[in-house]
Formats: sequence, structure tokens, C-alpha cells
Amino acid sequence: MSTPTEAAAPTAPKPTRIPPIVTLDAKFFWDGADQEQFLGQKCSDCGLFTFPPRPMCPQCFSVNRREVPLSGRGTVHGWTIPRHPPPFGFKESPIVAVIELEEGIRMVSNVVGCGYDEIRQDMPVEVTFEATMNNHKVPVFRPRT
Amino acid sequence: MTRKFTEAAIAGIGQTEFSKASGRSELQLAAECAVAACKDAGVSPHDIDGMVTFTIDNSDEVNLARCLGVKDLAYTTRIPGGGAAAAATIYQAMAMVNAGLCHNVLIWRAMNERSQYRFGQNPQQQQMSYQSGNGTGSLLWCVPYGAMTPASWGALQAARYMHKYGVTNRDLGYISVQQRAYAANNPNAWFYGKPITLEDHQNSKWIQEPWLRLLDCCQESDGGVAILVTSLERARDLKQPPVQIVGATQSIPYNVEVISNYYHEDLTVMPEAQGVAKRLWAMTGLKPSDMQMAAIYDAFTPHVLLQLEAFGFCKPGEGKDFVKGGGMALDGALPTNTNGGLTGEAYIHGMNSMIEGVRQIRGTSCNQVTKKTVEHVLVSSGMAGAVLAKA
Ligand SMILES: [Zn+2]
Repeated sequence: MSTPTEAAAPTAPKPTRIPPIVTLDAKFFWDGADQEQFLGQKCSDCGLFTFPPRPMCPQCFSVNRREVPLSGRGTVHGWTIPRHPPPFGFKESPIVAVIELEEGIRMVSNVVGCGYDEIRQDMPVEVTFEATMNNHKVPVFRPRT
Repeated sequence: MTRKFTEAAIAGIGQTEFSKASGRSELQLAAECAVAACKDAGVSPHDIDGMVTFTIDNSDEVNLARCLGVKDLAYTTRIPGGGAAAAATIYQAMAMVNAGLCHNVLIWRAMNERSQYRFGQNPQQQQMSYQSGNGTGSLLWCVPYGAMTPASWGALQAARYMHKYGVTNRDLGYISVQQRAYAANNPNAWFYGKPITLEDHQNSKWIQEPWLRLLDCCQESDGGVAILVTSLERARDLKQPPVQIVGATQSIPYNVEVISNYYHEDLTVMPEAQGVAKRLWAMTGLKPSDMQMAAIYDAFTPHVLLQLEAFGFCKPGEGKDFVKGGGMALDGALPTNTNGGLTGEAYIHGMNSMIEGVRQIRGTSCNQVTKKTVEHVLVSSGMAGAVLAKA
């Protein structure tokens, strides 16, 4: 490659976060995240939200499911700071949390933009996205006022 | 012959040494502990006709049967859920014997979980892939967020419980100190002769801040453990006093999964252990106060509290006071994990604590309960449990 002649825009450091393992039943979730869309799975017949995603509704056994935008708002249901071993792909220990979403489902994610001394159980958060290796994105959460 | 639901018994137990580097294959460990269990029972390994292990055990039934000269294997099965289902091996063996399908069921678990591989290393370097049969979605739903180890999943599972009841990390230290005191007196324990103080616990490094320190976590170990299950009737004619399996069960309530267990209704309880307790007490007609000892799966210390509460040894939130008050000690209300548990003795996926329950009923533990006669022992691995009894 030739040497750039113009001053290149400063490039963001390459993401080091591990990308998700994508299964067929959860592909819509991760594909959405790549586009910065936060999608949930809702039964087309009875309206039940499910997480983790699954191919059948456990309430009415329907296989008709819709991928619907989630509000992205939730609360920190529980949290921890992994110290040892240092989690692979993170320069500093992330805050790992179980997020309870407004739709009544929970998922594991990170709370970003929040100091170690600021994290509180049940604090309100909202979704944002962070890049992973191999050009993917994952939903994470930041404090919401 | 009429068969009752209480007719299976443990006739033999066996193990290898517990180490950090066994220096031999997992298959060899499996074969060695299997022979030890057969020898303990006075049964020829050739006569094993049933085999049970974990889905994630790396040794193959045929290869192990070839080592043991098993003449005619009639039934094999594996239990999902890793250590959480450890006691389900006893459940399966009981069912196989009670159904009249097998005479000599070998349960084994053998692993080089320290020298050959370690749970929770960078999954990409380990080239691990998501597989069914492990009962956990941790690789799918936790790893991109830096929750890559069993300790991280376990801490996240315990956080809301600890927060609700004000359980501090120091409170957990009483469990570690008690178990290490047991281990210090157990020549089989990796930490034989190495007790700890509460201050040692508090000075150990954070693994998961602010929940788990190093001394709240089970070891990583190499070794093998085996149990030989037969009918009570046959066991009476064998070498050891039989240890009856009066009840055993498994419980996987809706939306519960192994360790990355965040999707069920109330994260301040362990519904799987509550389910096991409910069935086990109903099945046996026994109650918590009928137990003289317990072997409780202690991958991480908070899960001891959650199980003590689920089984009704104390009320919700009172586990911390129970252990602080010496409830787990030899003269306490429920001597628990008297081998040193998975933190003090070794981590053979819960199996090593289950055979300590057998020793307590036989009266052969190096930390023998003497204040009372050990008539009943509870064995719990969270998603499965058993009550063992003096026959
Ligand atoms: Zn439905």
C-alpha cells in the first residue's frame, strides 16, 4: 500500500470486544444490533415477549413471531465488575449487568459511561451500541435520567 | 418381586488423588476411580452393567468399558447441566436399579480441569463452541460483555440476592473459613494442613467486585470420583455397610438455566433448588431437621446460602447468620461439606462432596460427625439432590 499523502482522519482504535456467537434463532437480534436497532421477539399470536429468543412461544406454542423494536429503556437488575482474570477484549474491567427491560424481559449487557462508584441496582438505563471485532455491534446500556 | 422406590443403595465409592496436574489421561483417571469404587464394594468391574456420567465428561463409555473389561453394558446415560446436575447421576442410577434394568451402575466423573483445560478462559482461544447439553447460554449471551468465567456468571446470579439481604463479602468468608478448616484436616484435600482466617479471606483478591474474592471460588482440579450403585438387597451382601438412596430428584423450573440463570422470575432465590427440595421432602417424608449432614455444591460461596435457604435449613435471607453462627460446623445445626467442599478439597464437579456424604453415613470421614448418629445426609448440586440414609 502507498503512503497516504493527505492527513488521514484519526481512526478509532480497532474494536477488541469479542463478537457474539450467532445462532439461527437469534440471528435477527444480532443483525439488528449491527444496524443499531434494538429488536425483541414477540409472539404474533398472543403477544408474549421472550428472551433469550426461541423458535416457539411457550405460552401458545405458536411459531409465528415478530421482531419488534424495543424501547431500549430498562433498569440494572444486578451487576458485577469482573476483575480477575481480566476479561478478554477490555482495556478496563467492564460493568456487567443483568438489564431488566421495560418489556418485561432480561438480558446480560454492559453499563457504559458509568463510574464503578456510580453503578446502583435498579438504576434506569437506556440502550446504545458498541463495536466488536469483525465489524459487529452489540447493545449496551448507559445511565438514563 | 415387588420393587419399592427406596431400594437402591450406594455400595462403593472410589477416587483418584486430587491434584493440579494428574500427569495422565482423563480416561485413565476414570478407569482408576471406577476400579476403586468396585473394589470398595467388592464387585468385579467386569460385572458393571450400567454407566452414568456428565454430558461434558470427555471419556467415552466404550473406551472406559474396555479398560474395565465390562462384559455386557446394558444401559448408559449422561446428565446435562454440568456440576449443577451432579446429584442427578445418583438419581439416574437409582432409577435404573429400581426399574430392574441394571445390577451394578457405575457413576463416574474424571477430569483434568486444571492441567488440560480451564473453564472460563478466552472462548476464542479455546475454540469453544456453543453446544446443547450444557444447560447454559452463557457463551451466547454473556461472553461479548466480558462475562467469560463461571465466577462472573455466578456473581451476576448472586448479586441481587446479596443486595436484597445485605449479604457482604465478609459474610461469605465464614463459609470459606469453615470449609478450609475441614480441608485442613482431610489428607485428600488439596488444602490439607492449610486453614485460613477470615482476614485471609478478606485479603484475597477480588475476582468479581464487590461479590466474590478468590477464596469464595472453587478450585480447579484434576481427578476422578466414582460411585457404584446397586440394589439395597445386593448391597447388604457386599463389603461395605450399604448407604441407601431413599430419595433423589432433579428440578429445572421454567426459564431456569445453569449458572447464567437470569431469566426466571425472582433472582433472589434458587428456584431449581426449591424444586428439588419440594420433591425430595415429599418423596422421602423427611424434613430439614432430619438431616445430620449436607453436601452442598459450592462452586461459589453465595450458592451455599441460596441452597440452605431453598431446602429450608433457614429462612430466606438468614443463610448468612446461619453460617456465621457456626451452622456448618461439626457441632452446628447442619455440618456441611465436611470434606472441605469444592473450595477446600477439590473441584471434581461436585462428585467429591457427594462421596463425603457416603463416608459420613458409614462413619469413616476424617471430619466425622459424632455429636449425633448420621442417619440422613442431604446431597444437593442445585438442580438435583438426593437423600442418603443409613440402611
Ligand atoms: Zn404466544
